[in-house]
Amino acid sequence: MPLIMGMSMLLACQFAGELLAKGLLLPIPGPVIGMVILLVALLVRGKVPSCLRLAGEGLLRYLTLLFVPAGVGLMVHFELIGADLWPIAVTLLVSTAVTLTVTAWVLERLQRRSGGKGGRVEENA
Amino acid sequence: MNVASFDQLWVYLSGNPLLSLLATLLVFALAVRINRAVGGTPLLHPVTLSIAMLIMLLLLVDMDYATYFEGAQFIHFLLGPATVALAIPLYDHRQRVYRLLWPLLLACGAGVLTAVSTTIGLAMLLGADPKTLLSLAPRSVTSPIAMGIAEQIGGIPSLAAGLVLLTGSIGCALGPTILRLLRITDPAVQGFTMGLSAHGFGTAHAFARMGAVAGAFSGLAMGLSGLVTAFLLPLITGLLGVG
Repeated sequence: MPLIMGMSMLLACQFAGELLAKGLLLPIPGPVIGMVILLVALLVRGKVPSCLRLAGEGLLRYLTLLFVPAGVGLMVHFELIGADLWPIAVTLLVSTAVTLTVTAWVLERLQRRSGGKGGRVEENA
Repeated sequence: MNVASFDQLWVYLSGNPLLSLLATLLVFALAVRINRAVGGTPLLHPVTLSIAMLIMLLLLVDMDYATYFEGAQFIHFLLGPATVALAIPLYDHRQRVYRLLWPLLLACGAGVLTAVSTTIGLAMLLGADPKTLLSLAPRSVTSPIAMGIAEQIGGIPSLAAGLVLLTGSIGCALGPTILRLLRITDPAVQGFTMGLSAHGFGTAHAFARMGAVAGAFSGLAMGLSGLVTAFLLPLITGLLGVG
């Protein structure tokens, strides 16, 4: 039963998220709103029910697998991608590398500064 | 005893969702083994490897994507609840998120601006087709958001989804090396960077290779950058006069 309860909680949040997204015509996908709903619920409740943890962490452990079916969909776009191959390849490679560098550098800098002021304490909660 | 011919069996099997579901799981398991055997290099990421192997397999047996997806959709469906489940690690590490709130928000803004401006700038410079350009623009956010944005600014949603996936694979391949070159060891920073630059792929990679703290921050970055991009990108393309 715990797995069923946990899965139901996740699906209920997703369902509520989908309803909100469709109802308010938001450009944000339902599951992302569902994530916010679950986060707020957890903050209100003050702890993670063990059944939810069981289902949720089970799914997150195999998150990589869940992207495979959508990824195979690339085969449908071979022609479109082939037509603009070089611009696409160069743009994706360079832009991703620059984005990774900028984000990491900015966050590392800002974190070190705010950590220096407040006295950085590591916790593993 | 009568035995059905192979052709008849194949007609039955290829129309049955069971086959593509099983093939997806087996190919993924094989990809994980191959990746482990070559020392876990991110250049042969299990996801990228599985996708490549499955595409080759489908082309080989001449099965179209719609037929394949009939079986694979059962795996695909779990992406929704898994996205919702990202709230759990986020809740577990809420104290660190509170403490780093401003750095995280600023880094998110800087990252999204970099992603969007370098993408549009480079694609324009290299002479990409306007349709391609507008499909490329939202490439660094998770595919459902990217598809929505692409449609809104005049790109091709399904092409945008494909480019998002390529971005994810490239991010997973480049990320660990870039983080090492920048000497970044904090799992929170590593995870946030992966989630912002490579959305769900980066988040999955962070969970699998960098631990729960990195995974939590990666999920946060994915959601946050998706929201920021959804609001910023239509304004930017409007300002630049593309589309």
